[in-house]
Amino acid sequence: MKFSIMVSEGPYTHQASDTAYQFAKAALEKGHEIYRIFFYHDGVNNATSLTTPPQDDRNIVNRWSELAEAHNLDLVVCIAAAQRRGIVDEDEMKRHRKDGHNLAKGFRISGLGQLIEAGIDADRLIVFGD
Amino acid sequence: MATKKFLYVNRKAPYGTIYALESLEVVLIGAAFEQDVSLVFMDDGVFQLTKGQNAKSAGMKNFSPTYAALGDYDVNKIYVDKESLEERGLTLDDLQHLTWEDENEDWAEKDSIRLVTRAEIAEIMDTQDVVLSF
Repeated sequence: MKFSIMVSEGPYTHQASDTAYQFAKAALEKGHEIYRIFFYHDGVNNATSLTTPPQDDRNIVNRWSELAEAHNLDLVVCIAAAQRRGIVDEDEMKRHRKDGHNLAKGFRISGLGQLIEAGIDADRLIVFGD
Repeated sequence: MATKKFLYVNRKAPYGTIYALESLEVVLIGAAFEQDVSLVFMDDGVFQLTKGQNAKSAGMKNFSPTYAALGDYDVNKIYVDKESLEERGLTLDDLQHLTWEDENEDWAEKDSIRLVTRAEIAEIMDTQDVVLSF
């Protein structure tokens, strides 16, 4: 089965991103394919490299980055949602003349079309949100 | 490109959270992909379509006029949950009159909103390929 996933809640406040991660991990372990994981609404906050949880807690952002690296996953952050919430990559930093960038490793910023495409090209699109 | 049936389920009030606005953004961008699109408004989501919205005192942008443009994007299957309306003391008259023009019938103006029961919404969901809930 070819899955796409949408994560629409931020980390730590809400269970949705944890559940999405566990689902993605389990699906990959079972031999399924993940076509794309799309981060929308506050879900874009799963992609900020500045996240610094206490040492005895899980690092949700690093966990996504590691999963993406291990399985060559396409983690896409919605550009409009990200801009609203202060998530920028290096290109965006330059374009908007910000003094830093904070997109974590393994993520890329793109448009909502990537979400629609994820729905079209996957067998199932699963939403993890409120 | 394959054509799939996309259903956008809108369940939250227009202001107070950003879900309604960001859902509308997906619908408008998704329109470019020429998919078979339907929208459902249920629970507090029915408030998204009320007419005469004024969000000024809340310091928010009133984005409700955008719903009237959906017909121009060929988004004309807009299902409103009857029970959700009733539970909130609303009737169809409290909602915007959304229309679209049918090119197969000499651009006749037709209503986009269809009042449906909760049971019918379950049937609609059952026939979709992709269900995005906001």
